[in-house]
Amino acid sequence: MTPPADSKKYWLDDPLNVSKLFKGLWIVCGLLIAIDLFLHRHEDFEFATVFGFHGAYGFFACVALVLAAKQLRRILMRDEDYYDR
Amino acid sequence: MTGNFPVAFVLIFGAALIPFLPGLLRKAWMLALPVIAFAYLLAIPHGLHGQVELLGQTLTLMRVDKLSLLFGYIFLLAALLSVIYALHVDDTMQHVAGLVYAGSALGAVFAGDLMTLFLYWELTAVSSVLLVWARRGEHSAATGMRYVIWQLLSGMFLLAGALLHWRATGSLEFSHIGLSNTAGLLILIGFGIKSAFPFMHNWLMDAYPEATPTGTVFLSAFTTKLGIYALARGFAGTEELVWIGTLMAAFPIFYAVIENDLRRVLAYSMNNQLGFMVVGIGIGTELAINGAVAHAFADIIFKGLLFMSMGAVLLRAGTIKGSELGGLYKSMPWTAGFCIVGAASISAFPLFSGFVTKSMIMSAAALEGMTFNWLVLLFASAGVFHHAGIKIPYFAFFGHDSGIRCAEAPRNMLVAMAIAAALCIGIGVFPGALYALLPYAVDYVPYTASHVVAQTQLLFFSALAFAVLMRTGIYPPELRSVNLDSDWFYRKAAFGFATSFREALAATRAGFTEILEVRRLAIADFLVRQRRPEGMLMRSWPTGSMALWVMVMLLANLVFYYLG
Repeated sequence: MTPPADSKKYWLDDPLNVSKLFKGLWIVCGLLIAIDLFLHRHEDFEFATVFGFHGAYGFFACVALVLAAKQLRRILMRDEDYYDR
Repeated sequence: MTGNFPVAFVLIFGAALIPFLPGLLRKAWMLALPVIAFAYLLAIPHGLHGQVELLGQTLTLMRVDKLSLLFGYIFLLAALLSVIYALHVDDTMQHVAGLVYAGSALGAVFAGDLMTLFLYWELTAVSSVLLVWARRGEHSAATGMRYVIWQLLSGMFLLAGALLHWRATGSLEFSHIGLSNTAGLLILIGFGIKSAFPFMHNWLMDAYPEATPTGTVFLSAFTTKLGIYALARGFAGTEELVWIGTLMAAFPIFYAVIENDLRRVLAYSMNNQLGFMVVGIGIGTELAINGAVAHAFADIIFKGLLFMSMGAVLLRAGTIKGSELGGLYKSMPWTAGFCIVGAASISAFPLFSGFVTKSMIMSAAALEGMTFNWLVLLFASAGVFHHAGIKIPYFAFFGHDSGIRCAEAPRNMLVAMAIAAALCIGIGVFPGALYALLPYAVDYVPYTASHVVAQTQLLFFSALAFAVLMRTGIYPPELRSVNLDSDWFYRKAAFGFATSFREALAATRAGFTEILEVRRLAIADFLVRQRRPEGMLMRSWPTGSMALWVMVMLLANLVFYYLG
């Protein structure tokens, strides 16, 4: 569906601005990882003190989560009226 | 003031007056009830009150200690927020059911013995199902029935366990129970159903998205947290709970990613948050128990807030399916903002409530050296941000513009959301106030540089993963669908089995009937034929053959005579 013609233009409606946000996110992530260069994180586990541990874990955990969930759809997904039939 | 009067009665009997009050007075009365009960809680001293002798047993209607007070406060706060949120609703039945439900959950929390607990336990089941039925949709009746069967089943397990416990110990007192005997196991199953343990969880995802927009806000606060309270009271330090909780924290997030109904996504993420609490209770150290109940406290507010924002979307946009929503921030900017606060809180962003409570559970797991569980919980933390923190606001308020233009949420809903959002931030910024209410003294500092940096890295990179998957088109689109979960076993498999069993029986009977019918006809036909002119009975017999047969018989007689 297309937005109503009289609708006001929002900042986020411009794909260029969305791209700006996306780039901004990369920059913020880069800066956050850079903190690891200066801060020696105190962690309960030795392996968690490795450079970029939390960033990498968060990124790959989410990618794995989504890819696995996508595969789960093949097994689990049914039509909306599945239980009504 | 003595605490002999059960605080639950304020809400339960107060609710009974609601139908008789006119417009404004009714609203004022509904708002006053949780406030009166709260003031009463503040006024009474710790200890055992309201003790009644019954059948040689002492029933304690009011056990006031730090643990019960913490849950008492948050239940009343949740009741107040839910009442504000539902203030515009004209359906009196919902108001009465909601307050009786809140009152009975409150009564269960202050129950000092298993029998009182059981009575309130059942009352929460019966009153809460009305909030599902009040939707009056095409599925409400069946969904409500499945929901209440699960809830009453939980009560049956509790009752059976309580009676065995009484026989074994001679006391009905509700204190630490543990898993040492059958009684403990039965009670744990009863509590486990309420806390949505794996394979006993599906009533939650089944019923909460089917209730009314305001009813779900009530539902989200009480039943599961009552289960958590009961576990903390009766099963702290039960090691099995660590593993049950770890499983609970992990598996629902996969479902949450592919679920289309956004209130059902929240139900899955609630299951995931309950997992964190169950792990904390299973660890059982002071830090872990503090973390579990503090997280329950925070969760009631932020999950309530998220359900409120999605309820407002359902009310205004008329649907809550991710596949049909998008771009609503243009129509409902305030709701979108409050939703984001709730999302940040459940995701445990620094300065939001989830950060100061969930981290206690994580630290407790780490201190006990539970590396595997800690890693799974960290995975679940990233996952919850992914599906509740980003997916919910993204698909409802941003993403592809659905073209839906609607009004902002009603003012009372916005007020309730604003208060909840303020509390989420308040707890996050000033955790000391919540920590002071916890059952054990708190020696925990959430805001260390390491912790803040680590958590922020985890969350921002999770967000980055979402953005990358979205822009590359790998992220699975929202589709109109249902996903099979454990309810399949009773909604489809058992039902299908029953249906095919019935069909097989019917087919067998039909087969037998047919055979008998053919035989009956054949016999009848034979008999009829014998009476016809050509039949055996109607044949004419020649006299000669008669004489022959008589002679044969006489000869036979002679032969036998000689032989004898």
